[in-house]
Amino acid sequence: MNDVLPLDFLTTMTLLPIVGAAVVFIIPRGRERLARWTALIISLVVMVMAIGVFYDVQANPPGAGEWAFEAQAEWFPQINASWHVGVDGLSATMILLTGLLVPLAILISFEIKDRVQTHMALFLFLETGLLGVFVALDMMIFFVFWEIGLVPMYFLIYLWGGENRRYAANKFFLYTMAGSLGLLLATQLVGLTVESFDIPVMLDMWPRYLMRGGEILGVDVSIVKYYALLGFTIAFLIKIPAWPFHTWLPDAHTEAPTAGSMLLAGVLLKLGAYGFLRLAIPLFPKEWIIERQLFSLSYNLVDILGFLAMAGIVLGALGAWGQNDFKRLVAYSSVNHMGFVVLGLAVAALMYGTVWAEANNQYGLLAGVAGVDGYQDMTSTQLTDAVELVYPAELRESDRQDARVALNGAVLQMFNHGLSSAGMFLLAGAIYHKAHTRDLRRFGGLWPLVPVYGAALIFVSMASLGLPGLNGFVGEFLVVSGSFKAYPVYVLLSMAGLLVTGIYILKGIQKLLHGPLNEEWAEYHRTQHSLEIERREVIALAPLMALMLITGLYPNWVLGVINDSVMRFLGG
Amino acid sequence: MDVNWFSADYLPWLIMLFPLLGFLVIVLGTNRSVIVSQAVALAGIGIAWLLSMLLFVKTVWVTDKTLGHDVFGSQLDWLKLGTQTFRVGVLVDPLTAYMLLMVPLVCLLIFVYSLGYMRGDRYNARFFAYLSLFSGAMLTLVVADNLLLLFIGWEVMGFCSYSLIGFWFHKKSAMEAGVKAFMTTRVADVLMLVGIGYLFVEARTLNFRDILYSEEMLKMLVEKDAILFGGSVAALVSVLLIIGTIGKSAQFPLHTWLPDAMEGPTPVSAMIHAAAMVSAGVYMIVRMFPLLSAGADFHHFDYNTPMLLMGIIGSVTALGAAVLALGQSDIKRILAYSTISQLGYMVAALGIGAWVAAAFHLINHAFFKALLFMASGSVIHAMEHGEHNAHERGHGHDHHEEPDGLIMDYCAPPNDVQRMGGLIHRIPVTAITMAVGGLSLAGFPLITAGFWSKDEIIAEAWHGMSEHPFPLFVLLLLLVTAGLTAFYTARMWFLAFWGKPRTPAAQYAGFGSLRKGWVVWWNQRRWSDGYKLVQEPITRRDKLSANQMEAPLAVLAFFAITAGFIGIHADLIGKNPLHDFLGGTLLEHPEAIPFNFAPMLVSMILAVGGLTLGWWVYGRRPLAAGQTDPTEAALGPGIWAMLQNRFYIDILYRRYLLRPAEWFAENIVIQAIDKETIDGVLETIAETFTWLGEAFKRFNTVVIDGTIDGLCAALYRFAGWFRQTQTGRVQQYLLLATLGLLAIGTLFLIQVR
Repeated sequence: MNDVLPLDFLTTMTLLPIVGAAVVFIIPRGRERLARWTALIISLVVMVMAIGVFYDVQANPPGAGEWAFEAQAEWFPQINASWHVGVDGLSATMILLTGLLVPLAILISFEIKDRVQTHMALFLFLETGLLGVFVALDMMIFFVFWEIGLVPMYFLIYLWGGENRRYAANKFFLYTMAGSLGLLLATQLVGLTVESFDIPVMLDMWPRYLMRGGEILGVDVSIVKYYALLGFTIAFLIKIPAWPFHTWLPDAHTEAPTAGSMLLAGVLLKLGAYGFLRLAIPLFPKEWIIERQLFSLSYNLVDILGFLAMAGIVLGALGAWGQNDFKRLVAYSSVNHMGFVVLGLAVAALMYGTVWAEANNQYGLLAGVAGVDGYQDMTSTQLTDAVELVYPAELRESDRQDARVALNGAVLQMFNHGLSSAGMFLLAGAIYHKAHTRDLRRFGGLWPLVPVYGAALIFVSMASLGLPGLNGFVGEFLVVSGSFKAYPVYVLLSMAGLLVTGIYILKGIQKLLHGPLNEEWAEYHRTQHSLEIERREVIALAPLMALMLITGLYPNWVLGVINDSVMRFLGG
Repeated sequence: MDVNWFSADYLPWLIMLFPLLGFLVIVLGTNRSVIVSQAVALAGIGIAWLLSMLLFVKTVWVTDKTLGHDVFGSQLDWLKLGTQTFRVGVLVDPLTAYMLLMVPLVCLLIFVYSLGYMRGDRYNARFFAYLSLFSGAMLTLVVADNLLLLFIGWEVMGFCSYSLIGFWFHKKSAMEAGVKAFMTTRVADVLMLVGIGYLFVEARTLNFRDILYSEEMLKMLVEKDAILFGGSVAALVSVLLIIGTIGKSAQFPLHTWLPDAMEGPTPVSAMIHAAAMVSAGVYMIVRMFPLLSAGADFHHFDYNTPMLLMGIIGSVTALGAAVLALGQSDIKRILAYSTISQLGYMVAALGIGAWVAAAFHLINHAFFKALLFMASGSVIHAMEHGEHNAHERGHGHDHHEEPDGLIMDYCAPPNDVQRMGGLIHRIPVTAITMAVGGLSLAGFPLITAGFWSKDEIIAEAWHGMSEHPFPLFVLLLLLVTAGLTAFYTARMWFLAFWGKPRTPAAQYAGFGSLRKGWVVWWNQRRWSDGYKLVQEPITRRDKLSANQMEAPLAVLAFFAITAGFIGIHADLIGKNPLHDFLGGTLLEHPEAIPFNFAPMLVSMILAVGGLTLGWWVYGRRPLAAGQTDPTEAALGPGIWAMLQNRFYIDILYRRYLLRPAEWFAENIVIQAIDKETIDGVLETIAETFTWLGEAFKRFNTVVIDGTIDGLCAALYRFAGWFRQTQTGRVQQYLLLATLGLLAIGTLFLIQVR
C-alpha cells in the first residue's frame, strides 16, 4: 500500500476533470470562449481515457475476484477506509457512457451565455463525481463521490434552470439527500461492523456476518440487516428513479438546462442501478429473497422490487402520455424505461440470492424460493432432499441463465437509455432553446420548417420507443425474455406499458412535426429565429445516433463486456 | 474467413443489404436530388431483385427434395448471454425461395409505379427512402433464420408503414391513420414479443431450424406446462405469435387499422397490402407452422388450441370483411376489406392444416392485390385529373371539405365509385388489368391464379368436413365469403368502369392513356368532348409517367394469371411442382389430399355466380347518376350505415378503450397519484418540518429570547453590582479567572462524557 495518492490510470481519469474544473473556474471574465474550449478538450481527453478503459476491459476481462486497473492507497486509516479503485465490465460500460456523454453535454452547453466559467467548471466537477462512483472500490469513496455528484447538479438547475428552477432544484436536492441519509447510516453500520469500508471486503464479510443469527448493537441481526438493506435500497431507488420515488425527476428535468438534463438522465440515473449491482444486491443476498410475513401474507423483497418495476413501466408510460410539456414527457419516459432496468435487477437479485444460498448451504432459503411447504420445521437433510426434488440443480441453472439474460438486458438498457434519453433531451432542449416554449399544444406542423431536426427526432424517438434495429429494443427484449419465467404477470402487465410507450413517443412526434404547417411558427422561423437544429447540436447528436444504430444492429460490441461482468455476478 | 458472397449461403445478406443501403444513401446523401434518390432506390431494389432471381434459380437447381433438409445459410455471433451465444443468420429453404420470387419483384414494380405516381411531390426523396427501408425490412424478414431477426424486420416495417401511411403528414386524417396503424399493430407486437422472449428462454434458441426441425424440441415444448394459463409452452407461445399475426395481418379484432391505411399514397397501399406488412404476418405463421401445430394430428382431424384459434379468427375475419366490403364506396376501402378477407382465408387455411395452400394463396394474393391497388391508384389519379379538367371546363368545382381527422364513413370524392362510371373508355389499360386482378380475386375458374389457391384451401376444408365440425365451420364461412367476394369485386369494377360517367369528373377523367390511337378512336365514337381532350398537348414527361404506372400493371396482370399454374393439383395435370418444391420445407413432406371434384365445382359455381350477380345488378343496367346503389337499397339504411361505420368497432375502441385510458393517464396517474398522493405526502412531510421550524422559531422568540431579554436585564443589574468588584487588584482577577476556567472545564467534561 502506497503512502501517497498514486497517480494510477483510474485516479488520473477521475481527478482530471476536477483539476480541469479549477482551471476553467479561474479563467478570467471575457475569455468565455477559452473556458468553453478548455472544458471541452479536458472532457475529450477523459473520453479517450474512458474508451481506453473499456477496450482494455474488453480485451482482458478481469477474472472472478479481480479488478481491472486496480489501485489502492492509504487514505483514511482511522476508519479503515482506503483509496481503492478498480473496474469490471459493468463499471467500464458506465465509464464509457459517462466519458461519451460529458463532452457532448459540454458542447451543448456552449449555448449558455451567462457565467460560462462557473457553468463549465460545474460540468467537469460533475464528471469527477460520476466517474468516482463508478471506479470506487471503497465504500467511503463511493459515498463521497455519490454526494459530490449532487452538488453541481443542484447548482446547474438552480442557476441556469427554467422558470420554476428553485422549486425543482430544492426538490431534487432534498429528495436525494433524504436517500443519502439512509445510505450514509447503512454504510456506517456495515462498515463499522465488518471493520472495513473496502467494498470487496464488505461484500465478502457482511453477507456471511452472523449468518446463523445473533445480535448487532443489541438488536437482532436480521432486523439490522433489513434496515441496512432499506437504507441502501431507498437511496438507489430514488436515484433510478423507481416508482413511487420518481416525482423529483419530472421537475428536475424540466427545469434543468439541456446539457444538465442530458447528464441527469444519461448518467445520474444509472448511479442508482449501479449501486444495486455493486452494493445493494451482493451485500444482502439473503435479505432479498427470504420469505417474510405481513398479516399472514408471505412475500419477499425481490417480488416487491419486481412490482415497483412493473408499476414504473406502466405508470411512467401513462404519465408521459398525459404530458403536454415536451421535456416532462421525456422525463416520464425515463421512469418507464428505467422500469425495465429495475425488472432485470429484481430477477438478478432473486437468482443472486439462490446462488449465494447454495454456496453457503442455506437450503432453507432455497426451499422458500422454491415454495416448499412447511420448510421451516424441516431438518437440514429433509430440506436438502425437498429442494433437490422441487427445485433441482438443472432447474436452478436454467433459471440462472434466464437471470443472466435479464441482467444483460438490464445493463444494456442502462447504457441504451443513457444514449437515447440524452438524445431526446438534446432534441427537446434544442427546440425549447429556439422557440422558448415546450408546450406541445402550441407546436405542430413544424417538419417542413425543420427537416433535419424532424428526421433526427424521429430517429431518436424510435430508438427510445424500442424499435428493433435500434439500441433500445435489444435491452428490452432481453429483460422481458429473462424475467418472464420469474414474473410472468408483471411482464405481461409491463407490456401494457410498452404499448403506451408507443403512444407517447408518437404523440411527441405528432405534436411537434405533423399536421398542417403552423403559420405562427413559420413566421417566427422566417423573421426571428431559425428553428432548425444547429450545426453544433448536430455534431453533438451524431455520435449518439451512430451508437444507437450500431448497438441496435450489432449489440455484441458492448454486450460482450457486459456479459463478462454478468458472469462474475451470476456465474457458478 | 473466405466468403463467396455470391454463393447461396451468403446471397441473402446482399439481398437484404442493398435496399437498406439505398435508404441510408438517400437519407444521408442524396436527399436533395429527387432524380438521384429515385435512381438509388431503384438500383437498391433492382439489385435485390436480380440477386433474388439468381438465388431462386440456385434453389430450384438443387433437387427439390433435399433443400428442405440441407438449407442454405450463414450466421454470425450477435449476443453473448451468460453461457450461451445467440447467433443471427440467414436461411434459404423452399419457402424463402418462394417468397423471394414474389417480394422483390412486386417491390420493384411498386417502385417503378411510384416514379409516375409520386411525380411532383415535394418529398419524393423521402418517399423513396422509406420505400427502400420498407422493402429492405421485408426482405430481412423473409431471409431471417430466427424469430428475432424476423421480428426486427417485422417492426421496422411497422415503422415504415406508420411513416408512409402518414406520409402526407399535413393532413390530419393521414397522421391519425399512421398512428392508428402503428398502435393497433403494436398491441399485437408487444404480446408477440413476450411470446418470442418466452420461447427463447424455454428453447434457448430462436433459430427456425433448431426449433421447427427438431422433433425433440417440439416434443419438449408440447409436453412442458406453460408458466401461465394452463396449456403447454408450445400452445402459449403459439397463441402469442398468432396474436402478432392478428395485428400485422389485420385480422379481427385488430383489423381496424388497415382500411384507414389507404390514407397513404397508393403505392404504399400496394406495399402494405401485397408485398410486405400484411403478407409478413401470414408468412410468419406459415414459417412457424410446425410449432403452431405441434401436438395436433390434423391429418386425422385432431386440432390444438392454436389451430382452432387460427381457423376461427381467420374464417370469421374472412366473412366479416367480405360483408364490410359490400358496403363501401371508396374504391381503396373495398380493396382494403378484400385484403383482410383474403388474409382471413390464409389464416383459416393454416388453422385446418392446409399449409401449402396458405403459402400458395399468399403469393397469388400478393400479385393480384398489388395489381388491384396500383390500378385503383391510377383510377384515382385519373379522377383527380378529371376533376381538374372538369373544373377548367366550367363544370364547377364541387368543393369538399377535408375531414378533420379520420371519419369512418367519409369517402374522398376521387375514390368514390359512385362518382365514377364509364372509366373503361378513359383509362382502358387500367380497366383491363384491373379486370384481370378482379377476376383473380374473385377466383374466376381455371384461368386465374386466385382460383387455384383458393380452391385448394376450400378443398382441404371440404376434405375434413364430414370428420370434424371445425373444418365444416371453416368451410361454410369461406364458401359464403367466396360468393360475396365475387359479387363485391364485380360491383366495384362495374361501378367504376362500366356505363356512363356519373359526374363531370368521371367524364373528363384520364391521364396519358388517351394518347393512344385506339383509345382516341374509341372515344371519338362515344363522346365527342372526350376526343377534344386529346387535343391537349401531352408532354413527354406525362407520357413517361403514364407508362411508369401502366407497365407494372401489365406485368402484374401476367402474374395474376400465371402464378397459379404452378400449383394445380397433381391429379389433374400429373405433377404439382409447387407442392413438391414447397413441401420440402417441412420436416415431414405434407401429403396432398386426393383430388375431389365437388369442392372445385362448388367454388366455381360460387365465383361465377357472384360475378354474374354483380354483372346482373351493376353491369346489365349500369347505375345512373343520382341513382341509389342497389346494394344500399337492398340492405336498407340501417345495415348500410352499419357497414359504412364498420360495425361500429372503431368507435367502440375509441370510446371504451382509448378515451378511458387517456383519462386515466391524465387524471389518475399524473394528478391523483403523482401530484396529489406522492407529492402530497412529501409536501405534508415538508410542511410538518416547516411547521416544526416555525414552532422552534416561536419557541425561540417566546422562551429563549424572553429568557435572554430577562437575562440581559438581570445581567445589567448584575453588572452594576459587579462593577464593584473591579477593585484593580490583580490577585482577585486571577482568582476569578481560575474559577471560571474550572467551571468551563467541568462543563466540558460533563459534555464529553
